[in-house]
Amino acid sequence: MSEKKNILRVENVTMQFGGVVAVDNLNMEINEGEIVALIGPNGAGKTTAFNVITGVYAPSNGRVWFDGECIVENHPQGKMKKLYKGEHNGEYTHVKEPTPDRITALGMARTFQNIRLWKSMTVFDNVLIAKHMRRSSNVFSATFRGNLKEEAAQRREVAELLELVGLSDVKDELSTSLPYGKQRRLEIARALATHPKLLLLDEPAAGMNPQETLELTEFIGQIREKFQITILLIEHHMDLVMDISDRIYVLDFGKLIAHGVPEEIQNNERVIDAYLGVSDDAED
Amino acid sequence: MLNKKDNKKSFISFVLVALFLVLVIVLDQVIKPTDKMSMLLTVLQKGSVYALAAVSMNLLNGFTGLFSLGHAGFMLVGAYTYAIFSIPAAARDTVYQYYDAVIRISFPEVFGNAMGGFGTVLGVTLSVIMAGLAAALLAFLIGLPVLRLKSDYLAIATLGFAEIIRAVFQWSKLGPVTNGSNLLKSFTRTSSFRLTIGDTTITLATFVPVLIATISIIVIVLLVNSTYGRAFKAIRDDEVAAEAMGIGLAKHKMISFVISSFFAGVSGATMAMVLSIAQASNFKAAMTYEILLMVVLGGIGSITGSIIGSLLFVASSEWWLRGLDSGTFLGINAPTIFRNGFRLVVFSVIIMIVVLFFRKGIMGDRELPEVIAGWKRKIAKKKEVASK
Repeated sequence: MSEKKNILRVENVTMQFGGVVAVDNLNMEINEGEIVALIGPNGAGKTTAFNVITGVYAPSNGRVWFDGECIVENHPQGKMKKLYKGEHNGEYTHVKEPTPDRITALGMARTFQNIRLWKSMTVFDNVLIAKHMRRSSNVFSATFRGNLKEEAAQRREVAELLELVGLSDVKDELSTSLPYGKQRRLEIARALATHPKLLLLDEPAAGMNPQETLELTEFIGQIREKFQITILLIEHHMDLVMDISDRIYVLDFGKLIAHGVPEEIQNNERVIDAYLGVSDDAED
Repeated sequence: MLNKKDNKKSFISFVLVALFLVLVIVLDQVIKPTDKMSMLLTVLQKGSVYALAAVSMNLLNGFTGLFSLGHAGFMLVGAYTYAIFSIPAAARDTVYQYYDAVIRISFPEVFGNAMGGFGTVLGVTLSVIMAGLAAALLAFLIGLPVLRLKSDYLAIATLGFAEIIRAVFQWSKLGPVTNGSNLLKSFTRTSSFRLTIGDTTITLATFVPVLIATISIIVIVLLVNSTYGRAFKAIRDDEVAAEAMGIGLAKHKMISFVISSFFAGVSGATMAMVLSIAQASNFKAAMTYEILLMVVLGGIGSITGSIIGSLLFVASSEWWLRGLDSGTFLGINAPTIFRNGFRLVVFSVIIMIVVLFFRKGIMGDRELPEVIAGWKRKIAKKKEVASK
């Protein structure tokens, strides 16, 4: 693993909301080309960790590195100075809080736990808008159609992408008229349209039946092959996680309690206690 | 975008718009000011001003999802900028009765003297563009603090700024520029646009405002259908998703706000041209509400809806329902009922009925061609059913 290039590194990140520590001193490393899963019981802080990485929240303390570059950094300030309960206080001095769109521009794209498609638009337009970020036109050249070549190229790319993910037959339908599984697929396609190096999937199989989950597992594998990207996913479906992940990080109450390859996690006492539960029923 | 079907569609729209403009010129010649139908010209003139204002408001409220109520303020800035830069030197001192005017340049006059008729047109164009730019600049400054707010809070903040603008323009200390609370007049009006070929004179009083509105609305349509327009719609539909997909919220909201205000300024300038006066006290919050009403009536998120909404609104309030105020309506003579103010009662009822039956406005969020295509499909289906 060490010979591979590090693409994402989360360094001592603590996210505290008032007195509540949602993510406590999280350290994670993801290498290029891996599929890494972040698991944990409900309320463990997985989505919060995602939001810190993608710039929705500025962490209370800590740093995030992406592709060898420090993209997010913060330290307790203002009220948080008194409230802060985490570790590594005073270690970081800079403040770097880019908005999510900046981070997406660097090559990180995400999907959402509760699907967030643009409801009034067609499938095709949903993906096409994600290309807006990679434009070279300004508002004048775009209005007066000085970007016809770029626009045509983008449309071609979107059509190819939809073909690839198997949505080209529904491209003119409203995004909300699609069945649930396809909406998920569309959200992933939209994220892929921004040309990410790292794709973050927040519970991609939530609410899916076993058949759909199986298809999704296959689909995620295909994406990695075709687009040569790294994937970080949050998931509750253990079948899916164990099936496709190269490594797994386990969070419980904001703290990292284990990490390793799937076999290690499956046999880890602490994980079984905290997450997989006493009986087999918790595994679905 | 590049396929033949779209090309054909844009060609048809282009032809229709050109035909409409020609029709306006013809109507302008045929209808005499004494005719009963002369109200049609008034409706077209004022309607085009309001249509542009409504469409530019729709760009912000309907397409970007920013609920702003500062429109009257930006129209005021536009009207004043146009007026100040168009009053001829000779009339300057009579207009600025109580003040010593500071700005003494008149673009239509300067260019008109240098190049004749064409120069006047150029000068007016320049003044109108300056009016838009002044409104846009102000929008940029106001937008810096205000656009961080959301929904209702944004509405209240922009409403407040619009009222502040009005108060500032009426401030006597600024009299040398704005003429205080007195009105500005004597600048180039739409009715002074005439084309003389040989001994026939073609009046362009209706054509000019309609042309300005048409060009502006075409630019807005192009913007809405461009990659930026799509980004605006994405922000409207889901801000969080838009930001996660790399659309900078601050930047795009600002672009939308500034462009919307630019066209609000242009419509303000056109309004000054049509009414041939500019007075700050006309641009009250009530004007913003009127425009908002047109947008809502026509359908939030539909450009053709805004145009139809504003034309219907102006036609009803200026023409069709006039009789309700003056004694005779639809041939019924009842001066005791049809008295001053009755028009507004009927008008309010009509608006309520429209809103009850068309909850998303007359057009919803669709455009006219889509609606017509829908009708065609319905008719075809009916025929199919009938033939079976």
